[in-house]
Amino acid sequence: MARARKLIKRANLIVGAVLVGTVVAAALLSFVWLPTNPLSMNFASQLKPPSAAFPLGTDHFGRDLLSRLLVGARSTLYVGVIAVGLALSVGSVLGALAGYLGGVADEVIMRVVDVAYAFPAILMALLLAAVYQPGTLTAMIAIGIATVPVFGRIARASVLSLKEREYVEAGRALGVNHGRLLFRHILPGAVGPLVVQGSLSLAVAVLAEAALSFLGLGTPPDVPSWGNMLREAQGFMTMSPYPALVPGLAIVWTVLGWSLLGDGLRDWWDPRG
Amino acid sequence: MLAFTIRRFITALISVWLASLVVFSAIIAVPGDPAAIILGLNSSPTARAALSAKLGLDVPAPQRYVRWLGNALKGDLGESINYQQPVAKLIGARLQVSVPLALGAALVATLLAIPLGILAAMKRGTLMDPLVTTLSQVGAAVPSFWLGLIFILYFAVQLKVLPAGGFTPFGTDPVKWFKGLVLPVLALGLGQAAVMTRMTRAAMLDVLSQDFVRTAKAKGVGPRSVVLKHALRNGMVTIITILGLSLTNVFIGSIVIEQVFALPGMGRLALTAIGTRDFPLLQGEILVYAATIVALGFLVDLSYGLLDPRIRYA
Repeated sequence: MARARKLIKRANLIVGAVLVGTVVAAALLSFVWLPTNPLSMNFASQLKPPSAAFPLGTDHFGRDLLSRLLVGARSTLYVGVIAVGLALSVGSVLGALAGYLGGVADEVIMRVVDVAYAFPAILMALLLAAVYQPGTLTAMIAIGIATVPVFGRIARASVLSLKEREYVEAGRALGVNHGRLLFRHILPGAVGPLVVQGSLSLAVAVLAEAALSFLGLGTPPDVPSWGNMLREAQGFMTMSPYPALVPGLAIVWTVLGWSLLGDGLRDWWDPRG
Repeated sequence: MLAFTIRRFITALISVWLASLVVFSAIIAVPGDPAAIILGLNSSPTARAALSAKLGLDVPAPQRYVRWLGNALKGDLGESINYQQPVAKLIGARLQVSVPLALGAALVATLLAIPLGILAAMKRGTLMDPLVTTLSQVGAAVPSFWLGLIFILYFAVQLKVLPAGGFTPFGTDPVKWFKGLVLPVLALGLGQAAVMTRMTRAAMLDVLSQDFVRTAKAKGVGPRSVVLKHALRNGMVTIITILGLSLTNVFIGSIVIEQVFALPGMGRLALTAIGTRDFPLLQGEILVYAATIVALGFLVDLSYGLLDPRIRYA
């Protein structure tokens, strides 16, 4: 059974990497090849089921679902990776500073970071949509801000435990300055948990991006994205289920990929877990 | 316990205050004249000036903030420009949709996740564990709004057993009220159940590996008693956190689900407020959402303290 469990743990990493890999490949492929123009309307072939000409069918404007799916992979990755990258950078630096400085600085930094807990991505997107025109940038910022606290907490916890290690003491005794000590010697030790969380947060970010686009608060309607595709499909589901099924399954595929990859990486880094 | 409660309450108050600052600052950051944005560029200067005065834009921002916060503390969130009604009244009316939806979804999630999570942890080493784990992993990847669309397609369009959307107040027809909420509650609750199942399983596995459980087993306590009387009680701290987290998730998730099922709840009201640039309404709504999230966090922490004395004395 232990062997089977070990295999399952590795399976997480492999299956996750394959699922995410296909989405990345689809997004890259869309830059060099597409079956048809994802924006070109064809009123002679509206809401068609899958066929040789349209492998995944067409939507209510007769647009090819496969082409839109491939281009949609770009929006998903683009928004998710930038939002999580932003959250990872800001959260890690703030959390690391809070953990390293301790005392009042820790209290103030973490209190400010925690405010973001009160603003999940959708709420932050609603707020940003009031100020600016809702779009890709506001969605990215909203998802990014909502994701900052989790990275802040992880970086802080890691730094708190690492700063007591002997090699850090040695560095301090040798006169290494605080900035170098924190960012060159302590923070790299927290990379493992941060990367694992990055992958898990990407799963949440993909769901959030899709939800925001579905609500009209994310990727603009003229750019194919999976959330937009679902939004448009909502009115035509009784005539053809494919425009709703195709992007939905793609979202499940991608979210599952990132979360399996995150779990797999965690097992790899920390086999005791 | 009192000192712990007071400490956590002050932290929660600071969080709500900071959240109110974020909400207020975001709205004053709107580029240009808010009155012109709301009324349109072709509006007369007199109308703009009147709206500016009504919104309190003629006084400095810090003063306006103090007034807004002071009124909010008294339950007055201002007046909606679009509906010409008090914001608090509008939100109150929409809560009769959003609250049952969120509570129903949290209930579905809890009733499914806790037994399933415990079962998976107890049956570790058998096929049941990977089965539950895989199902919950896939379930957590399904967007609730997509599940809602699939439910509409199957239960409302094909089988015609439940309505595809709309809301009937409980007072008007309790049966219709219930039927109207079944699909949205399930769409919102099932995904949450998947997330909670994984967390409950992990919490139970953690407790089951501890010394006191081994001692209980060594003393001859049966497996059912070990789980229900010894492990579950100790796992409750984590399970309560999960519950609090899931309440927040379903409360926020209801914004999207209301859109799928055309439910006139708080989420739809917020989206309408964006469309009509109804800043006072949006400000009030977001403040209520953020304060509710902070309040849920506070309640979770309080229950921690009650369940685990180590936390309140830490």
